Amino acid sequence: MSSQKFFDKLKIQLLFSGPTLFAFFTVVILPFLYGIYLTFTNWDGVSANHSFVGLKNYLAVLDDTAFWTSLYKTMKYVLLTVILINVVGFFLAYMLTTEIRGKNLFRAGFFTPNLIGGIILGFLWQFIFSNVLVYIGEHFKIGIFSSSWLADPDKAFWTLVIVTTWQYSGYMMVIYIAGLMNIPKELLEAASIDGANAFVRLRKIILPLMVPSFIVCVFLSLQRGFMVYDLNIALTNGGPYKSTQLVSMYVYQKAFLSQKYGAGQAEAFVLFLIVAIVTLIQVYVSKKREVEA
Amino acid sequence: MNVSKTLMKAMRYFVLVVFFCLYILPFILVLLNSLKERTEIISNPLSIPKSINFANYLSAMEKMNFANSFMNSLIITVFSVALITIFSAMTAYVFVRIQSKLNKFLFFLMVASMIIPFQAIMIPLVQIYGSIGFLNSKWALIYMYIGFGASLAVFIYHGLIKSIPLELEEAAMIDGASRLQIFFQVVFPLLKPTTMTIVILNVLWIWNDFLLPSLVLIKPEERTLPLSTFYFFGTYSVDYGLLMAGLVVTIIPVIIVYLFTQRYIIQGVMNGSIK
Repeated sequence: MSSQKFFDKLKIQLLFSGPTLFAFFTVVILPFLYGIYLTFTNWDGVSANHSFVGLKNYLAVLDDTAFWTSLYKTMKYVLLTVILINVVGFFLAYMLTTEIRGKNLFRAGFFTPNLIGGIILGFLWQFIFSNVLVYIGEHFKIGIFSSSWLADPDKAFWTLVIVTTWQYSGYMMVIYIAGLMNIPKELLEAASIDGANAFVRLRKIILPLMVPSFIVCVFLSLQRGFMVYDLNIALTNGGPYKSTQLVSMYVYQKAFLSQKYGAGQAEAFVLFLIVAIVTLIQVYVSKKREVEA
Repeated sequence: MNVSKTLMKAMRYFVLVVFFCLYILPFILVLLNSLKERTEIISNPLSIPKSINFANYLSAMEKMNFANSFMNSLIITVFSVALITIFSAMTAYVFVRIQSKLNKFLFFLMVASMIIPFQAIMIPLVQIYGSIGFLNSKWALIYMYIGFGASLAVFIYHGLIKSIPLELEEAAMIDGASRLQIFFQVVFPLLKPTTMTIVILNVLWIWNDFLLPSLVLIKPEERTLPLSTFYFFGTYSVDYGLLMAGLVVTIIPVIIVYLFTQRYIIQGVMNGSIK
Protein backbone atom coordinates (compact mmCIF):
# COMPACT_ATOMS: atom_id res chain seq x y z
CA MET A 1 0.00 0.00 0.00
CA SER A 2 1.39 3.39 -0.93
CA SER A 3 1.94 6.05 1.68
CA GLN A 4 -0.41 8.31 -0.28
CA LYS A 5 -3.23 5.88 0.33
CA PHE A 6 -2.32 5.59 4.00
CA PHE A 7 -2.52 9.36 4.45
CA ASP A 8 -5.85 9.47 2.65
CA LYS A 9 -7.21 6.92 5.07
CA LEU A 10 -5.80 8.78 8.04
CA LYS A 11 -7.35 12.02 6.81
CA ILE A 12 -10.75 10.42 6.48
CA GLN A 13 -10.41 8.73 9.84
CA LEU A 14 -9.59 12.03 11.56
CA LEU A 15 -12.14 14.06 9.68
CA PHE A 16 -14.98 11.65 10.37
CA SER A 17 -14.26 10.42 13.86
CA GLY A 18 -11.99 13.15 15.25
CA PRO A 19 -14.60 15.47 16.81
CA THR A 20 -16.61 12.66 18.41
CA LEU A 21 -13.58 10.85 19.76
CA PHE A 22 -12.02 14.02 21.11
CA ALA A 23 -15.19 14.89 23.02
CA PHE A 24 -15.69 11.29 24.14
CA PHE A 25 -12.16 10.94 25.50
CA THR A 26 -12.05 14.31 27.21
CA VAL A 27 -15.53 14.10 28.72
CA VAL A 28 -15.89 10.40 29.56
CA ILE A 29 -12.59 8.51 29.56
CA LEU A 30 -10.24 11.14 30.97
CA PRO A 31 -12.48 12.08 33.94
CA PHE A 32 -13.18 8.40 34.58
CA LEU A 33 -9.47 7.57 34.81
CA TYR A 34 -8.66 10.76 36.69
CA GLY A 35 -11.50 9.87 39.06
CA ILE A 36 -9.82 6.57 39.89
CA TYR A 37 -6.65 8.52 40.68
CA LEU A 38 -8.62 10.96 42.86
CA THR A 39 -9.84 8.15 45.08
CA PHE A 40 -6.24 7.70 46.27
CA THR A 41 -5.84 11.35 47.28
CA ASN A 42 -7.19 13.64 49.99
CA TRP A 43 -8.21 16.51 47.73
CA ASP A 44 -10.81 18.85 49.27
CA GLY A 45 -11.81 20.69 46.14
CA VAL A 46 -10.23 23.98 47.16
CA SER A 47 -6.54 23.66 47.94
CA ALA A 48 -4.10 23.70 45.05
CA ASN A 49 -2.26 20.55 45.99
CA HIS A 50 -3.29 17.24 47.41
CA SER A 51 -1.36 14.28 48.65
CA PHE A 52 -1.49 10.60 48.06
CA VAL A 53 -3.26 8.70 50.83
CA GLY A 54 -3.27 5.15 49.50
CA LEU A 55 -6.34 3.11 50.31
CA LYS A 56 -7.51 5.39 53.11
CA ASN A 57 -10.57 6.59 51.18
CA TYR A 58 -11.67 3.05 50.45
CA LEU A 59 -11.26 2.08 54.09
CA ALA A 60 -13.34 5.14 54.98
CA VAL A 61 -16.03 3.93 52.57
CA LEU A 62 -16.24 0.67 54.50
CA ASP A 63 -16.71 2.62 57.73
CA ASP A 64 -19.24 5.08 56.32
CA THR A 65 -22.47 3.50 57.55
CA ALA A 66 -24.57 6.33 56.11
CA PHE A 67 -23.24 5.44 52.66
CA TRP A 68 -24.18 1.77 53.04
CA THR A 69 -27.60 2.72 54.36
CA SER A 70 -28.26 4.87 51.32
CA LEU A 71 -26.89 2.14 49.07
CA TYR A 72 -29.15 -0.43 50.71
CA LYS A 73 -32.16 1.85 50.20
CA THR A 74 -31.15 2.38 46.59
CA MET A 75 -30.97 -1.38 46.03
CA LYS A 76 -34.42 -1.80 47.56
CA TYR A 77 -35.71 1.07 45.43
CA VAL A 78 -34.13 -0.41 42.28
CA LEU A 79 -35.53 -3.87 42.95
CA LEU A 80 -39.05 -2.58 43.57
CA THR A 81 -39.10 -0.13 40.67
CA VAL A 82 -37.64 -2.60 38.17
CA ILE A 83 -40.36 -5.10 39.03
CA LEU A 84 -43.22 -2.61 39.14
CA ILE A 85 -42.24 -0.64 36.04
CA ASN A 86 -41.97 -3.80 33.98
CA VAL A 87 -45.08 -5.48 35.32
CA VAL A 88 -47.19 -2.37 34.74
CA GLY A 89 -45.48 -1.61 31.41
CA PHE A 90 -46.04 -5.13 30.12
CA PHE A 91 -49.61 -5.21 31.39
CA LEU A 92 -50.47 -1.96 29.59
CA ALA A 93 -48.78 -3.17 26.41
CA TYR A 94 -50.65 -6.47 26.54
CA MET A 95 -53.97 -4.69 27.00
CA LEU A 96 -53.25 -2.37 24.10
CA THR A 97 -52.18 -4.89 21.46
CA THR A 98 -55.66 -6.25 20.98
CA GLU A 99 -58.28 -4.56 18.85
CA ILE A 100 -59.62 -1.74 20.96
CA ARG A 101 -60.93 1.72 20.23
CA GLY A 102 -58.82 4.71 21.14
CA LYS A 103 -55.64 2.62 21.22
CA ASN A 104 -53.47 5.54 20.14
CA LEU A 105 -54.98 7.89 22.67
CA PHE A 106 -54.29 5.45 25.51
CA ARG A 107 -50.76 4.82 24.30
CA ALA A 108 -50.00 8.52 23.99
CA GLY A 109 -51.45 9.20 27.44
CA PHE A 110 -49.44 6.51 29.20
CA PHE A 111 -46.27 7.77 27.58
CA THR A 112 -46.78 11.42 28.56
CA PRO A 113 -44.84 11.41 31.89
CA ASN A 114 -41.68 10.47 29.97
CA LEU A 115 -41.66 13.78 28.17
CA ILE A 116 -41.24 15.71 31.37
CA GLY A 117 -38.16 15.88 33.54
CA GLY A 118 -37.81 14.35 37.00
CA ILE A 119 -37.53 17.76 38.66
CA ILE A 120 -40.90 18.93 37.35
CA LEU A 121 -42.61 15.59 38.00
CA GLY A 122 -41.13 15.54 41.49
CA PHE A 123 -42.60 18.93 42.38
CA LEU A 124 -45.89 17.99 40.75
CA TRP A 125 -46.23 14.87 42.91
CA GLN A 126 -45.01 16.69 45.99
CA PHE A 127 -48.10 18.87 45.66
CA ILE A 128 -50.31 15.84 45.16
CA PHE A 129 -48.97 13.91 48.12
CA SER A 130 -48.83 16.79 50.55
CA ASN A 131 -51.98 18.70 49.49
CA VAL A 132 -54.40 16.80 47.32
CA LEU A 133 -54.18 13.41 49.03
CA VAL A 134 -54.19 14.94 52.50
CA TYR A 135 -57.32 16.86 51.57
CA ILE A 136 -58.97 13.68 50.28
CA GLY A 137 -57.92 11.82 53.43
CA GLU A 138 -59.40 14.44 55.73
CA HIS A 139 -62.51 15.13 53.72
CA PHE A 140 -63.53 11.54 53.02
CA LYS A 141 -62.06 10.17 56.26
CA ILE A 142 -59.51 7.88 54.62
CA GLY A 143 -56.98 7.26 57.35
CA ILE A 144 -54.04 6.34 55.17
CA PHE A 145 -54.08 9.71 53.39
CA SER A 146 -54.93 11.96 56.33
CA SER A 147 -51.33 12.91 56.97
CA SER A 148 -48.77 13.64 54.29
CA TRP A 149 -46.87 10.62 53.04
CA LEU A 150 -43.84 12.80 52.60
CA ALA A 151 -43.61 13.37 56.36
CA ASP A 152 -43.33 9.67 57.17
CA PRO A 153 -39.99 7.89 56.40
CA ASP A 154 -41.50 4.61 55.17
CA LYS A 155 -44.25 6.17 53.14
CA ALA A 156 -41.89 8.77 51.69
CA PHE A 157 -39.79 5.93 50.32
CA TRP A 158 -42.90 4.48 48.70
CA THR A 159 -43.75 7.82 47.08
CA LEU A 160 -40.44 7.53 45.21
CA VAL A 161 -41.31 4.01 44.08
CA ILE A 162 -44.83 4.98 43.02
CA VAL A 163 -43.82 8.07 41.07
CA THR A 164 -40.94 6.23 39.36
CA THR A 165 -43.31 3.47 38.28
CA TRP A 166 -45.80 6.04 37.03
CA GLN A 167 -43.04 7.89 35.19
CA TYR A 168 -41.31 5.03 33.36
CA SER A 169 -43.92 2.30 32.86
CA GLY A 170 -45.25 4.10 29.77
CA TYR A 171 -41.80 4.06 28.22
CA MET A 172 -41.39 0.33 28.77
CA MET A 173 -44.95 -0.16 27.51
CA VAL A 174 -43.88 1.27 24.16
CA ILE A 175 -40.95 -1.15 23.94
CA TYR A 176 -43.20 -4.08 24.93
CA ILE A 177 -45.76 -3.10 22.31
CA ALA A 178 -43.01 -3.22 19.68
CA GLY A 179 -42.05 -6.67 20.93
CA LEU A 180 -45.63 -7.95 21.01
CA MET A 181 -46.27 -6.78 17.47
CA ASN A 182 -43.32 -8.87 16.31
CA ILE A 183 -44.83 -12.11 17.54
CA PRO A 184 -46.09 -14.00 14.49
CA LYS A 185 -49.90 -13.99 14.41
CA GLU A 186 -50.03 -17.50 12.89
CA LEU A 187 -48.35 -18.89 15.97
CA LEU A 188 -51.03 -17.51 18.27
CA GLU A 189 -53.83 -18.56 15.92
CA ALA A 190 -52.45 -22.07 15.66
CA ALA A 191 -52.31 -22.30 19.45
CA SER A 192 -55.89 -21.03 19.68
CA ILE A 193 -57.10 -23.69 17.29
CA ASP A 194 -55.27 -26.30 19.36
CA GLY A 195 -57.35 -25.14 22.29
CA ALA A 196 -54.88 -22.96 24.21
CA ASN A 197 -56.71 -20.23 26.12
CA ALA A 198 -55.44 -16.69 26.53
CA PHE A 199 -53.55 -17.51 29.70
CA VAL A 200 -51.77 -20.53 28.21
CA ARG A 201 -50.88 -18.53 25.11
CA LEU A 202 -49.42 -15.81 27.31
CA ARG A 203 -47.37 -18.23 29.38
CA LYS A 204 -46.24 -20.66 26.71
CA ILE A 205 -45.81 -18.43 23.67
CA ILE A 206 -45.84 -14.73 24.40
CA LEU A 207 -43.64 -14.56 27.48
CA PRO A 208 -40.84 -16.78 26.10
CA LEU A 209 -40.78 -14.80 22.86
CA MET A 210 -40.70 -11.52 24.73
CA VAL A 211 -37.42 -12.25 26.51
CA PRO A 212 -35.42 -9.87 24.27
CA SER A 213 -37.82 -7.04 25.14
CA PHE A 214 -37.56 -7.91 28.82
CA ILE A 215 -33.75 -7.76 28.61
CA VAL A 216 -33.87 -4.26 27.16
CA CYS A 217 -36.50 -2.97 29.57
CA VAL A 218 -34.93 -4.44 32.69
CA PHE A 219 -31.57 -3.04 31.60
CA LEU A 220 -33.05 0.44 31.08
CA SER A 221 -34.98 0.43 34.33
CA LEU A 222 -31.96 -0.83 36.29
CA GLN A 223 -29.79 1.96 34.93
CA ARG A 224 -32.38 4.62 35.62
CA GLY A 225 -33.02 3.29 39.09
CA PHE A 226 -29.40 3.41 40.18
CA MET A 227 -28.90 6.87 38.74
CA VAL A 228 -32.05 8.53 40.07
CA TYR A 229 -31.34 12.02 41.34
CA ASP A 230 -33.81 14.61 40.00
CA LEU A 231 -36.89 12.92 41.36
CA ASN A 232 -35.20 12.26 44.70
CA ILE A 233 -34.23 15.89 45.17
CA ALA A 234 -37.54 17.36 43.96
CA LEU A 235 -40.01 14.96 45.58
CA THR A 236 -38.56 14.15 49.00
CA ASN A 237 -35.25 16.01 49.00
CA GLY A 238 -33.89 13.05 50.94
CA GLY A 239 -36.28 13.66 53.83
CA PRO A 240 -37.77 13.25 56.27
CA TYR A 241 -34.57 13.09 58.32
CA LYS A 242 -32.47 11.90 55.37
CA SER A 243 -34.49 8.68 55.32
CA THR A 244 -34.96 8.72 51.56
CA GLN A 245 -31.52 9.88 50.51
CA LEU A 246 -30.59 7.54 47.68
CA VAL A 247 -26.99 6.88 46.77
CA SER A 248 -26.67 9.37 43.94
CA MET A 249 -27.81 12.21 46.16
CA TYR A 250 -25.60 10.97 48.99
CA VAL A 251 -22.47 10.97 46.83
CA TYR A 252 -23.33 14.42 45.50
CA GLN A 253 -23.64 15.83 49.00
CA LYS A 254 -20.49 14.12 50.22
CA ALA A 255 -18.39 15.54 47.42
CA PHE A 256 -19.85 18.94 46.71
CA LEU A 257 -21.33 19.97 50.05
CA SER A 258 -18.97 18.35 52.56
CA GLN A 259 -16.03 18.97 50.20
CA LYS A 260 -14.70 15.44 50.55
CA TYR A 261 -13.87 14.85 46.92
CA GLY A 262 -11.52 11.90 47.33
CA ALA A 263 -13.88 10.05 49.65
CA GLY A 264 -16.92 11.01 47.56
CA GLN A 265 -15.25 9.76 44.40
CA ALA A 266 -14.30 6.48 46.12
CA GLU A 267 -17.99 5.99 46.90
CA ALA A 268 -18.95 6.93 43.34
CA PHE A 269 -16.48 4.33 42.13
CA VAL A 270 -17.98 1.67 44.40
CA LEU A 271 -21.35 2.61 42.89
CA PHE A 272 -19.89 2.16 39.40
CA LEU A 273 -18.63 -1.33 40.30
CA ILE A 274 -22.00 -2.35 41.69
CA VAL A 275 -23.89 -1.05 38.66
CA ALA A 276 -21.46 -2.77 36.32
CA ILE A 277 -21.71 -6.11 38.13
CA VAL A 278 -25.50 -6.02 38.40
CA THR A 279 -25.90 -5.06 34.73
CA LEU A 280 -23.50 -7.73 33.48
CA ILE A 281 -25.20 -10.43 35.55
CA GLN A 282 -28.59 -9.29 34.27
CA VAL A 283 -27.55 -9.37 30.63
CA TYR A 284 -25.74 -12.70 31.03
CA VAL A 285 -28.56 -14.45 32.87
CA SER A 286 -31.29 -13.21 30.55
CA LYS A 287 -29.35 -13.89 27.33
CA LYS A 288 -29.31 -17.52 28.35
CA ARG A 289 -33.09 -17.58 28.43
CA GLU A 290 -33.54 -16.17 24.97
CA VAL A 291 -35.35 -18.44 22.50
CA GLU A 292 -35.65 -18.33 18.73
CA ALA A 293 -39.04 -17.46 17.31
CA MET B 1 -69.65 -17.16 24.15
CA ASN B 2 -70.38 -13.78 22.64
CA VAL B 3 -71.68 -12.38 25.91
CA SER B 4 -68.53 -13.31 27.77
CA LYS B 5 -66.44 -11.84 24.97
CA THR B 6 -68.27 -8.53 25.17
CA LEU B 7 -67.95 -8.59 28.93
CA MET B 8 -64.21 -9.17 28.67
CA LYS B 9 -63.91 -6.28 26.29
CA ALA B 10 -65.84 -3.99 28.63
CA MET B 11 -63.66 -5.07 31.54
CA ARG B 12 -60.52 -4.35 29.58
CA TYR B 13 -61.86 -0.97 28.59
CA PHE B 14 -62.69 -0.14 32.18
CA VAL B 15 -59.20 -1.09 33.42
CA LEU B 16 -57.57 0.98 30.69
CA VAL B 17 -59.69 4.01 31.50
CA VAL B 18 -58.79 3.75 35.20
CA PHE B 19 -55.09 3.62 34.33
CA PHE B 20 -55.48 6.47 31.88
CA CYS B 21 -56.97 8.64 34.63
CA LEU B 22 -54.09 7.76 36.96
CA TYR B 23 -51.60 8.89 34.32
CA ILE B 24 -53.35 12.07 33.28
CA LEU B 25 -55.10 13.27 36.44
CA PRO B 26 -51.93 14.65 38.10
CA PHE B 27 -51.49 17.02 35.16
CA ILE B 28 -55.14 18.09 35.29
CA LEU B 29 -54.87 18.80 39.02
CA VAL B 30 -51.84 21.02 38.48
CA LEU B 31 -53.67 22.85 35.70
CA LEU B 32 -56.76 23.43 37.86
CA ASN B 33 -54.80 24.72 40.82
CA SER B 34 -52.60 26.96 38.73
CA LEU B 35 -55.67 29.14 38.16
CA LYS B 36 -56.49 29.53 41.83
CA GLU B 37 -55.44 31.71 44.71
CA ARG B 38 -53.40 30.24 47.53
CA THR B 39 -56.31 30.22 50.01
CA GLU B 40 -58.60 28.60 47.46
CA ILE B 41 -56.10 25.77 47.01
CA ILE B 42 -55.70 25.16 50.72
CA SER B 43 -59.43 25.06 51.36
CA ASN B 44 -60.01 22.57 48.51
CA PRO B 45 -57.40 21.46 45.98
CA LEU B 46 -60.03 19.51 44.01
CA SER B 47 -62.45 22.37 43.38
CA ILE B 48 -63.00 23.98 40.01
CA PRO B 49 -61.44 27.48 40.01
CA LYS B 50 -63.96 30.23 40.77
CA SER B 51 -62.66 32.39 37.98
CA ILE B 52 -60.15 32.02 35.19
CA ASN B 53 -57.24 34.12 36.29
CA PHE B 54 -53.91 34.17 34.52
CA ALA B 55 -52.16 36.36 37.08
CA ASN B 56 -50.25 33.37 38.46
CA TYR B 57 -48.87 32.61 35.03
CA LEU B 58 -47.51 36.06 34.40
CA SER B 59 -46.03 36.26 37.83
CA ALA B 60 -44.46 32.78 37.61
CA MET B 61 -42.98 33.46 34.19
CA GLU B 62 -41.42 36.64 35.43
CA LYS B 63 -40.03 35.10 38.62
CA MET B 64 -38.61 32.08 36.83
CA ASN B 65 -37.08 34.28 34.17
CA PHE B 66 -39.00 31.97 31.88
CA ALA B 67 -38.21 33.43 28.46
CA ASN B 68 -34.50 33.41 29.18
CA SER B 69 -34.41 29.86 30.58
CA PHE B 70 -36.57 28.61 27.75
CA MET B 71 -34.14 30.07 25.21
CA ASN B 72 -31.17 28.55 27.06
CA SER B 73 -32.82 25.13 27.05
CA LEU B 74 -33.68 25.51 23.39
CA ILE B 75 -30.19 26.56 22.30
CA ILE B 76 -28.53 23.82 24.33
CA THR B 77 -30.90 21.11 23.11
CA VAL B 78 -30.80 22.11 19.43
CA PHE B 79 -27.03 22.44 19.18
CA SER B 80 -26.23 19.37 21.27
CA VAL B 81 -28.65 17.13 19.40
CA ALA B 82 -27.61 18.37 15.95
CA LEU B 83 -23.93 17.89 16.70
CA ILE B 84 -24.36 14.50 18.39
CA THR B 85 -26.33 13.28 15.39
CA ILE B 86 -23.94 14.45 12.69
CA PHE B 87 -20.68 13.62 14.46
CA SER B 88 -21.89 10.21 15.61
CA ALA B 89 -23.16 9.23 12.18
CA MET B 90 -19.79 10.17 10.69
CA THR B 91 -17.94 8.23 13.35
CA ALA B 92 -20.09 5.14 12.95
CA TYR B 93 -19.54 5.39 9.19
CA VAL B 94 -15.78 5.40 9.49
CA PHE B 95 -15.93 2.57 12.05
CA VAL B 96 -17.84 0.43 9.56
CA ARG B 97 -15.93 1.38 6.42
CA ILE B 98 -12.38 1.34 7.82
CA GLN B 99 -12.17 -1.97 9.62
CA SER B 100 -8.89 -1.47 11.47
CA LYS B 101 -7.98 -2.98 14.81
CA LEU B 102 -7.96 0.51 16.27
CA ASN B 103 -11.50 1.21 15.11
CA LYS B 104 -12.74 -2.08 16.51
CA PHE B 105 -11.18 -1.20 19.83
CA LEU B 106 -12.59 2.34 19.82
CA PHE B 107 -16.06 1.04 19.03
CA PHE B 108 -15.84 -1.51 21.82
CA LEU B 109 -14.64 1.19 24.23
CA MET B 110 -17.57 3.44 23.40
CA VAL B 111 -20.11 0.66 23.84
CA ALA B 112 -18.50 -0.50 27.10
CA SER B 113 -18.46 3.06 28.46
CA MET B 114 -22.26 3.17 28.39
CA ILE B 115 -22.27 1.18 31.60
CA ILE B 116 -20.52 3.96 33.55
CA PRO B 117 -23.03 5.87 35.66
CA PHE B 118 -22.76 9.64 35.37
CA GLN B 119 -22.17 9.86 39.13
CA ALA B 120 -18.85 8.06 38.69
CA ILE B 121 -17.64 10.83 36.39
CA MET B 122 -19.19 14.02 37.72
CA ILE B 123 -16.68 14.85 40.46
CA PRO B 124 -13.50 14.66 38.34
CA LEU B 125 -15.39 16.26 35.44
CA VAL B 126 -16.19 19.33 37.50
CA GLN B 127 -12.66 19.44 38.84
CA ILE B 128 -10.95 19.19 35.45
CA TYR B 129 -13.17 21.68 33.65
CA GLY B 130 -13.34 23.98 36.65
CA SER B 131 -9.56 24.22 36.84
CA ILE B 132 -9.23 25.28 33.20
CA GLY B 133 -12.10 27.77 33.60
CA PHE B 134 -14.32 26.00 31.11
CA LEU B 135 -17.47 25.81 33.25
CA ASN B 136 -20.35 28.24 33.36
CA SER B 137 -21.16 28.44 29.69
CA LYS B 138 -23.75 26.86 27.43
CA TRP B 139 -21.05 25.90 24.99
CA ALA B 140 -19.14 23.90 27.58
CA LEU B 141 -22.36 22.06 28.36
CA ILE B 142 -23.05 21.37 24.67
CA TYR B 143 -19.52 20.05 24.32
CA MET B 144 -20.08 17.67 27.24
CA TYR B 145 -23.36 16.44 25.83
CA ILE B 146 -21.52 15.45 22.65
CA GLY B 147 -19.09 13.41 24.74
CA PHE B 148 -21.82 11.75 26.79
CA GLY B 149 -24.30 11.26 23.96
CA ALA B 150 -21.93 9.94 21.30
CA SER B 151 -21.65 6.33 22.50
CA LEU B 152 -25.30 5.38 22.19
CA ALA B 153 -25.71 7.25 18.89
CA VAL B 154 -22.60 5.64 17.36
CA PHE B 155 -23.82 2.25 18.55
CA ILE B 156 -27.26 2.66 16.95
CA TYR B 157 -25.90 4.07 13.68
CA HIS B 158 -23.21 1.38 13.49
CA GLY B 159 -25.81 -1.37 13.32
CA LEU B 160 -27.59 0.30 10.43
CA ILE B 161 -24.62 1.45 8.35
CA LYS B 162 -23.37 -2.16 8.26
CA SER B 163 -26.44 -3.04 6.21
CA ILE B 164 -25.90 -0.36 3.54
CA PRO B 165 -24.40 -1.97 0.42
CA LEU B 166 -21.05 -0.61 -0.65
CA GLU B 167 -22.13 -0.54 -4.33
CA LEU B 168 -24.24 2.55 -3.67
CA GLU B 169 -21.18 4.46 -2.62
CA GLU B 170 -18.96 3.06 -5.35
CA ALA B 171 -21.21 4.49 -8.02
CA ALA B 172 -20.83 7.94 -6.50
CA MET B 173 -17.11 7.44 -6.10
CA ILE B 174 -16.72 6.71 -9.80
CA ASP B 175 -18.48 9.99 -10.49
CA GLY B 176 -15.65 11.65 -8.58
CA ALA B 177 -17.43 12.55 -5.37
CA SER B 178 -15.29 12.98 -2.26
CA ARG B 179 -15.82 10.90 0.86
CA LEU B 180 -17.58 13.79 2.61
CA GLN B 181 -19.89 14.31 -0.36
CA ILE B 182 -20.65 10.61 -0.50
CA PHE B 183 -21.44 10.57 3.18
CA PHE B 184 -23.73 13.58 3.16
CA GLN B 185 -25.39 12.94 -0.20
CA VAL B 186 -25.66 9.16 -0.24
CA VAL B 187 -25.26 7.64 3.23
CA PHE B 188 -26.73 10.20 5.61
CA PRO B 189 -30.09 10.48 3.78
CA LEU B 190 -30.42 6.69 3.99
CA LEU B 191 -30.07 6.89 7.76
CA LYS B 192 -33.06 9.19 8.17
CA PRO B 193 -35.33 6.88 10.21
CA THR B 194 -32.49 6.13 12.61
CA THR B 195 -31.62 9.80 12.79
CA MET B 196 -35.19 10.48 13.89
CA THR B 197 -34.82 7.94 16.68
CA ILE B 198 -31.54 9.41 17.85
CA VAL B 199 -32.90 12.95 17.74
CA ILE B 200 -35.93 11.94 19.80
CA LEU B 201 -34.01 10.02 22.45
CA ASN B 202 -31.51 12.85 22.84
CA VAL B 203 -34.10 15.62 22.94
CA LEU B 204 -35.96 13.80 25.72
CA TRP B 205 -32.73 13.42 27.65
CA ILE B 206 -31.14 16.84 27.17
CA TRP B 207 -34.26 18.99 27.45
CA ASN B 208 -35.07 17.42 30.81
CA ASP B 209 -31.58 16.86 32.20
CA PHE B 210 -30.87 18.39 35.60
CA LEU B 211 -27.72 17.08 37.26
CA LEU B 212 -25.16 17.95 34.58
CA PRO B 213 -26.47 21.47 33.92
CA SER B 214 -26.68 22.08 37.68
CA LEU B 215 -22.95 21.36 37.90
CA VAL B 216 -21.91 23.28 34.80
CA LEU B 217 -24.21 26.31 34.69
CA ILE B 218 -23.79 28.31 37.86
CA LYS B 219 -24.75 31.83 36.77
CA PRO B 220 -28.54 32.50 37.05
CA GLU B 221 -28.77 33.91 33.53
CA GLU B 222 -27.41 30.66 32.06
CA ARG B 223 -30.03 28.42 33.70
CA THR B 224 -32.09 25.94 31.72
CA LEU B 225 -35.79 25.31 32.42
CA PRO B 226 -35.32 22.42 34.88
CA LEU B 227 -32.76 24.52 36.77
CA SER B 228 -34.89 27.63 36.98
CA THR B 229 -37.89 25.53 38.03
CA PHE B 230 -35.77 24.06 40.80
CA TYR B 231 -34.63 27.44 42.15
CA PHE B 232 -38.11 28.86 41.73
CA PHE B 233 -39.56 26.14 43.97
CA GLY B 234 -36.84 26.71 46.52
CA THR B 235 -37.73 30.40 46.75
CA TYR B 236 -41.54 30.38 46.70
CA SER B 237 -42.18 27.14 48.52
CA VAL B 238 -45.67 27.86 49.92
CA ASP B 239 -47.29 29.97 47.25
CA TYR B 240 -49.01 27.00 45.63
CA GLY B 241 -50.95 28.80 42.91
CA LEU B 242 -47.78 30.44 41.72
CA LEU B 243 -45.82 27.18 41.86
CA MET B 244 -48.46 25.25 39.94
CA ALA B 245 -48.50 27.98 37.29
CA GLY B 246 -44.72 27.60 37.04
CA LEU B 247 -45.15 23.89 36.37
CA VAL B 248 -47.86 24.49 33.79
CA VAL B 249 -45.78 26.93 31.77
CA THR B 250 -42.87 24.47 31.66
CA ILE B 251 -45.06 21.51 30.76
CA ILE B 252 -47.33 23.16 28.16
CA PRO B 253 -44.72 23.72 25.42
CA VAL B 254 -43.70 20.06 25.64
CA ILE B 255 -47.30 18.88 25.43
CA ILE B 256 -47.97 21.11 22.41
CA VAL B 257 -44.98 19.67 20.57
CA TYR B 258 -46.09 16.19 21.63
CA LEU B 259 -49.58 16.63 20.19
CA PHE B 260 -48.08 17.08 16.74
CA THR B 261 -45.17 14.65 16.91
CA GLN B 262 -46.70 11.94 19.10
CA ARG B 263 -46.55 9.21 16.45
CA TYR B 264 -42.92 9.91 15.60
CA ILE B 265 -41.83 10.03 19.22
CA ILE B 266 -43.41 6.68 20.04
CA GLN B 267 -42.05 5.18 16.83
CA GLY B 268 -38.62 6.57 17.68
CA VAL B 269 -38.61 5.00 21.13
CA MET B 270 -39.73 1.69 19.63
CA ASN B 271 -36.91 1.71 17.09
CA GLY B 272 -34.37 2.76 19.67
CA SER B 273 -34.99 -0.36 21.71
CA ILE B 274 -34.54 -2.91 18.93
CA LYS B 275 -30.92 -3.55 18.16
